[in-house]
Amino acid sequence: MATAQELKQRIEAGIPGSSAEVDSADDVHFSARIVAEAFSGLSRIQQHQLVYGLFEPGELGGPIHALSLKTETP
Amino acid sequence: MSEQTENPLRDAIAEAIDQNDVILFMKGSPEQPACGFSARTVAALQATGAPFAAVDVLPDPRIRQELSAISNWPTIPQLFVDGELVGGADIVSEMYETGELAEVLGVEPPAGSPAEAPAADAAAGAPPLQIENRLA
Repeated sequence: MATAQELKQRIEAGIPGSSAEVDSADDVHFSARIVAEAFSGLSRIQQHQLVYGLFEPGELGGPIHALSLKTETP
Repeated sequence: MSEQTENPLRDAIAEAIDQNDVILFMKGSPEQPACGFSARTVAALQATGAPFAAVDVLPDPRIRQELSAISNWPTIPQLFVDGELVGGADIVSEMYETGELAEVLGVEPPAGSPAEAPAADAAAGAPPLQIENRLA
């Protein structure tokens, strides 16, 4: 089971220069607000796909039931 | 060299995306969503008044696997407009709030939306019906 802190570290390590705020009430449903220069020039779909790409196939919708995303550029 | 996928389910999903201007893959039905994220997305779509087709992914887990393989999007719901993935619950909700959703769907933004209607060139002829599309 993941924690919000682990997800934050994973996102920030996976997207260099990003800063993430991750919340979870139950360690199963997460919501993250991520600010990253890497998002600039990408569509919202592409920004979210960049984040989803940090996870193993089946992990989202599996152990991590939900990851609600809000992505922004600095 | 023709590439036969021999994957009728994937072909059926791709065809459904292709043939419906607006199609939502969700858990449950618009009348009875089986997940809060699907419910939120249906509510946003219905608020725009645009007709949409809906596919329930729950009856067969392979629907979801194949869909995610096509879209490179891991979660449900997934909304497609004109064959393109628009987003999941977060993006659709965000676009609804900004008025972008109505714009993408070619309908007038709902009353109270801050967005100015960009002189839509008559989104005529769309039947006010929801199509139930079952990939049985």
